[in-house]
Amino acid sequence: MARAPLYEEDRDLKLVGSRPLRPDGLEKVTGRARFGADVSAPGMLVGKVLRSPHPHARIKSIDVSQAMALQGVKAIVTKDDFNADSSDRNILTNVMARGKALYEGHAVAAVAATSATIAKKALKLIKVDYEILPHVTDVETAMQPGAPLLHEGMITAGMDPAPDRPSNIASRCEFGHGDVETGFAAADEIIERTFRTEATHQGYIEPHACMANVGPDGAGELWCCTQGHFMVRNTCADLLGVDVSKLRVTASEIGGGFGGKTTVFIEPVAMALSRKAGRPVKIVMNRDEVFKASGPTSSTVITVKIGVTRDGRLTAGEAELKYQGGAFPGSPVSLGAMSAFSCYNMEHVRTIGYDVVTNRPKQAAYRAPGAPMAAYAVESVVEELASRIGMDPIELRLKNAVSEGDKSSYGPKYKRIGLTETLEAAKAHEHYNAPLGPNQGRGVACGFWFNFGGQTCVSLNINIDGTVALAVGTPDIGGSRASMGLMAAEELGIGYDQVRTIIADTSSLGHNDVTDGSRVTFASGLATINAARDAIKKLCARAARMWGIDEEAVVWEDGHAKPAGENAGEFEPLSLAQIAAEAEQTGGPIAGHYETNAGGAGVSFATHIVDAEVDPETGRVHVTRYTVCQDAGKAVHPSYVEGQFQGGAVQGIGWALNEAYIYGEDGRLQNPGFLDYRIPVASDLPMIDTVIVEVPNPGHPYGVRGVGETSIVPPLAAIANAVSHAAGVRLTELPMSPPRVLRAMDAAKDAGTASKPQAAE
Amino acid sequence: MARVILWGSLKSATDGQTELDIDAPDMARVLQKLVDQHPNLKPQLDRGISIWIDGEVHRDPGYLPVGDDTEVYLLPRLTGG
Amino acid sequence: MSQIHVTTIVNGDPVEYLCEPDETVLDVLRDRLGLIGSKEGCGTGDCGACSVTVDGRLVCACLMLGAEMQGREIATIEGMADGDNLHPLQRKFLEHAALQCGICTPGFLVAAKSLLERNPDPSETEVRYWLAGNLCRCTGYDKIIRAVMDAAAEMRGA
Repeated sequence: MARAPLYEEDRDLKLVGSRPLRPDGLEKVTGRARFGADVSAPGMLVGKVLRSPHPHARIKSIDVSQAMALQGVKAIVTKDDFNADSSDRNILTNVMARGKALYEGHAVAAVAATSATIAKKALKLIKVDYEILPHVTDVETAMQPGAPLLHEGMITAGMDPAPDRPSNIASRCEFGHGDVETGFAAADEIIERTFRTEATHQGYIEPHACMANVGPDGAGELWCCTQGHFMVRNTCADLLGVDVSKLRVTASEIGGGFGGKTTVFIEPVAMALSRKAGRPVKIVMNRDEVFKASGPTSSTVITVKIGVTRDGRLTAGEAELKYQGGAFPGSPVSLGAMSAFSCYNMEHVRTIGYDVVTNRPKQAAYRAPGAPMAAYAVESVVEELASRIGMDPIELRLKNAVSEGDKSSYGPKYKRIGLTETLEAAKAHEHYNAPLGPNQGRGVACGFWFNFGGQTCVSLNINIDGTVALAVGTPDIGGSRASMGLMAAEELGIGYDQVRTIIADTSSLGHNDVTDGSRVTFASGLATINAARDAIKKLCARAARMWGIDEEAVVWEDGHAKPAGENAGEFEPLSLAQIAAEAEQTGGPIAGHYETNAGGAGVSFATHIVDAEVDPETGRVHVTRYTVCQDAGKAVHPSYVEGQFQGGAVQGIGWALNEAYIYGEDGRLQNPGFLDYRIPVASDLPMIDTVIVEVPNPGHPYGVRGVGETSIVPPLAAIANAVSHAAGVRLTELPMSPPRVLRAMDAAKDAGTASKPQAAE
Repeated sequence: MARVILWGSLKSATDGQTELDIDAPDMARVLQKLVDQHPNLKPQLDRGISIWIDGEVHRDPGYLPVGDDTEVYLLPRLTGG
Repeated sequence: MSQIHVTTIVNGDPVEYLCEPDETVLDVLRDRLGLIGSKEGCGTGDCGACSVTVDGRLVCACLMLGAEMQGREIATIEGMADGDNLHPLQRKFLEHAALQCGICTPGFLVAAKSLLERNPDPSETEVRYWLAGNLCRCTGYDKIIRAVMDAAAEMRGA
């Protein structure tokens, strides 16, 4: 049954859309804000994790006796200190190896000691007897028959008939509609290409950090940097075999996540150590551990085939996607396969995905997980088709862009969406029409992300002085407390400065899903608006009591209760502060609450334009200009919306040009540090221009859509398109590092296939 | 009667069908009937799904009512960054 | 091994501490002096989140030893505001929304202050190169660069 739209079209918003200072800003510019590693407790021990140096090895025995005998060592844990009956075997095994070490950096044991020096010494004294096994880190090699098997009993799911032998292919998925053969038969031009992308890390500047303080009964507290402290609590309770109610988790300020902090790594280990030692234990990963033992994204091989008619109609699209997700099933290949053709209205689409395991760290979500790689492949081919038929690339996209009522490539029909509007904004932008310099090329690409809502619980307390304390349960990773404050103040009709938003701990609110899926401004915002409306009802009831009239005869306008109907004008309006001051006499504290499993998140589309200059002598690519046009539905705090657009674009630039997990023949990561895994720095970049397009989401009162993830979807393709135009040759592998670009240019020159650089056209 | 549309890889669990009509008052009962009719679907549904009801995305919306013309898409569970 | 006794100045105040020979300035600031504003993002001098000045020179606190600080002057993010008067850079970072998660912010502020002390009128390119040793993963640097340029203009009285 279709729900009525929640969007309130005629609403005149006063605060939403303005740019006030964030409530946590002062603490963050003065160094007072407390992040994961910034707390300590009396008697606190230092925890360190022993990690496998081998990419694949059977653990024959672990002898901790010598380490335990070292003075200052208070506890050592191995797999036996965790709940073997945990409901999530993969997480359990990733947190502490069971039987086999599945990747270099896999945790094998952990120590708590009175100092870091002693803890490090103790790690060296733990004797692990490994039987080294053959390893595999490449996705296509891992899929071959005869490849070293990570999980001996793993039979590919989703195959008909089911294979009779185990393999590293965890599952196969398939999506689509129509008949692609019919579609290709109707095409005038067909292009099929294979693309490769490397694994990249979310690269948050704050390493994982936590402090646990747990009693011998398992009851206690955890402080940690995470995107979801309720998830941490539930997972740790499961892994430690204790009741959820016994753990209280407080989310610290979080120094970046981008999806990488949506699961647990060291948190259950710190709790197990603390339980065993009977003292608080702090674990802080170093950067080497972050790279080797927390989750990067998948590396992929994607083959795309698209057909087009001479007049620019996309007739069919087909894609085969292979994603390795590290040592456990769960790569985001299904999301890549669902979203690959999501920008285009195509009658015939088929995508097939393979989720593959390799001897690498278990992948974790990374901003629009799975989508950037798929968009890279599809948008590269779309751009090439435009060149092939001599059509402007934005024109070709506009001709095929999905709009309201169209069937998406993954199935459901779209509600109101703004892809066309972002394309129009890009087309009209001065950037798109500016001249290019020598050795420069211009690329465009579109991107899509689903966005979702999920479980959310918010409390809004009216304080005695008329200020408001808003408690939400979704960690703030990019300024969401400011957006929540704006929405609460908007509803209540009070000043933004009168609302203070905090992230409440797990014992103070009902369950909240993780901060992910670009869901916070949408779902916590929806809950905030409704908690404010709940408080308003109560405020009106209190005013009615103060006036001695019927509750129904009071309305809330401009931050005041006013008598309405036959009582209209009979009493002076009461402000929120006046009602709050009388709360004790009128029935006690006043608070609004809201709990929901929010549906109706609006998908979000973007179009990016990028100019890239390629040095013909070195192959080095320099991004000279960048513009993001994205649909935000409604920008609650435009500065932080722009920040999401800019940050996503720059992460995409890093993925496209520099970043890659580089493995040696020995299966070990060659570049586990910021010097060799080079994320973009300020001197690499131009300003990132933004255009906020606002096509309201029918599922939110103000029309809000999530904006956090879509911005990383188009850049890989947009930059590849720009570089390909500048270099005169199609680049099909990421990252487009100088040697790779130079090789491609030289090969094309030798073969005589280089096209005329765009700048010279 | 809701029309339930499954993604391609579930065909093997439903004798090749990807569209099924299920008569039930809410999503939880739609899913229960689906599993009763096609028990092989259960492992996949247990791995996690997302549900689009008339074009609107939900996670685990068991309580939501479905009507005569409701179009329900079952897709793998969405994760996000 | 016995600890080393160090007398130094931190943010204008005299400070004494004992440290291990292998302890970095960052360890000392965070773990011994309770100054948690300087952050450890890498421990190898690549991210700049621990930027402080020693005798007026911009350094990564993770690359110097606590034992080296005898008789020197350290300035950290905690000393940047004058009481409740924010430094113009701090104010401009807030106004321009130049931080998202905020973990890199102390390092950027200390580094930018050091730039403006040497060059009160830097070009955009000069700001970008000076701050190239500070990593930010959230913002794409756009708003950070704008905030620094704006603060510089205000401090020049422009």
